[in-house]
Amino acid sequence: MRTAFIETLCEVAAANPRVFLVCGDLGYSVLEKFADLYPDRYLNAGVAEQNMTGIAAGLAMAGYTVFTYSIANFPVMRCFEQIRNDVCYHNASVKVVAVGGGLAYGSQGYTHHGVEDLAVMSALPNLVVAAPADPVEARAITRLFAATPGPGYLRLGKAGEPVLHKADTLIELGKAIQLDNGTALTIISTGGMLGTVLSAASELRTHGLSSRILSMPFLVPLDHRAILDAASQTGGILTVEEHGPGGLGTAVAELLAIHRCCVPFFPVRLPRSPIKISGSQEELRGMHGLSVAGIVSSALEIARQSHSGAALG
Amino acid sequence: MPDEVSVASLRDVATTLRMHAVRMLHRAKASHLGSCLSMADLITCLYWKALRINPEHPDDPERDRFILSKGHAAAMVYAALAERGFFPVASLDTYNQFGSSLTGHINSDVPGVEFSSGSLGHGLPIGCGLALAAKRAGRTYRTFVLVSDGELDEGSNWEAILFAPQHHLDNLVLIVDYNKIQSFGRVSEVLELEPLAEKFRSFRWNVIEVDGHSFSEIASALAVLPAAPGKPTVIVAHTVKGKGVSFMEDKLLWHYKSPSDEQLQLALSELEASR
Repeated sequence: MRTAFIETLCEVAAANPRVFLVCGDLGYSVLEKFADLYPDRYLNAGVAEQNMTGIAAGLAMAGYTVFTYSIANFPVMRCFEQIRNDVCYHNASVKVVAVGGGLAYGSQGYTHHGVEDLAVMSALPNLVVAAPADPVEARAITRLFAATPGPGYLRLGKAGEPVLHKADTLIELGKAIQLDNGTALTIISTGGMLGTVLSAASELRTHGLSSRILSMPFLVPLDHRAILDAASQTGGILTVEEHGPGGLGTAVAELLAIHRCCVPFFPVRLPRSPIKISGSQEELRGMHGLSVAGIVSSALEIARQSHSGAALG
Repeated sequence: MPDEVSVASLRDVATTLRMHAVRMLHRAKASHLGSCLSMADLITCLYWKALRINPEHPDDPERDRFILSKGHAAAMVYAALAERGFFPVASLDTYNQFGSSLTGHINSDVPGVEFSSGSLGHGLPIGCGLALAAKRAGRTYRTFVLVSDGELDEGSNWEAILFAPQHHLDNLVLIVDYNKIQSFGRVSEVLELEPLAEKFRSFRWNVIEVDGHSFSEIASALAVLPAAPGKPTVIVAHTVKGKGVSFMEDKLLWHYKSPSDEQLQLALSELEASR
């Protein structure tokens, strides 16, 4: 995804002289091409995320569309008040890009786990919050962010994620992307869990269950219509995210409650407690149910509840 | 912008601004009067001598940018903007009132205000971004940032203080309102900044120390920009908290207290007598 991001940013910067990239001394072997092509619109602010974000807001106030780039929590949490006050309060055109969201840096330890970012960023005013599932979504959102004024947050994975969408997939601000259209339940995922969700959906078919699959690249604005349709048209909703409480599952639950949608629902997500052991992204996901087997098991439970609810009804 | 403004008329303007601030904070029962008064002469020199701004065209892309980073002293800047014609002086009566954009901490919804602040340590990074944008795009505006001394405790400032000389931001001027009193005590007792000028020099800044209540010293520090080609400039302005009202001068209390009716009259008559 980071390759898709930087390639796309280089493309859009050719046509859009306002695009500016600021990094916090991270991005080795990723950002060099942009720096070489557009030295006047590239800045390494040093290991100083608060200043990096304030500078980005200042550049935006002078007319640039600024992307800040660093890994996991660094461009989000270290400078959170700068994002809140300097960027969001002023509606400045700064797009915060975090590479290695979720457990991408799994074995590096909890400091490098970006697992609360969606919760804190979703609370801010004016901010579009996006977590693409694959390089196709990452490209589309990068283009969208470069072309749209105002603040944004782009949570990327690392590199080498599989392409899951067709290249011509329509990706619009605040819209879910539907991949399968079954009826037994809906599985909604955000960010890099989509591949695992698609594998789980294949396995669910062997259990005789057809799923509706929604990729939800935008946490804010959230596609209310797609979620409410899923609640009324399918047997229940499972949300899947590489994130703790406060993200997709929380947002979907709130929406369902407000609309009095009493449907089977379960959020597959990380616990609130820090992960203090080493492990690959795959291993750490798996131990918290973010695996094909974990998703299948939760989906079967949703289907069981849906079935017994229907029988009771 | 007036080219030549005499020291006498600057002093007169500063007195008017101080009287506005005293009235505004009395009416609103608001804090931070001492912080407003200490920077009154700096604000006067900025708005009546240095800044290339035009109230008729507040959004002119080439206007100078002034960032008040010590946003708690908003009343003084609102008073200056009103007196410079950005909005009616009568609007100052709405300071801190329900429905008014003249909030206690400075608000960029107010005409002429570039940046909303209130949490300390935000203004200088913004100023670095504005100054860098001018450098990169070949633009002519200059950027001025006013910080408090207590605010220099914030690490974000020191990130920016490292940054500005690295990028040769000679179109950036930092002004320190160095009144030596911060929120909970004297700077020397809480977190000593001395030797402050030396710190800035060692961070590769051009340093000018002035008496922050001497119009000729402030005006001359602001007269030629860039003051040192290739380097950002910091004006370390030695000031007195509460300056201009005898019973408020150099008193921590006036970071918090708003004047009583009697203190209001005393303050206004002292200020009037100083004209």
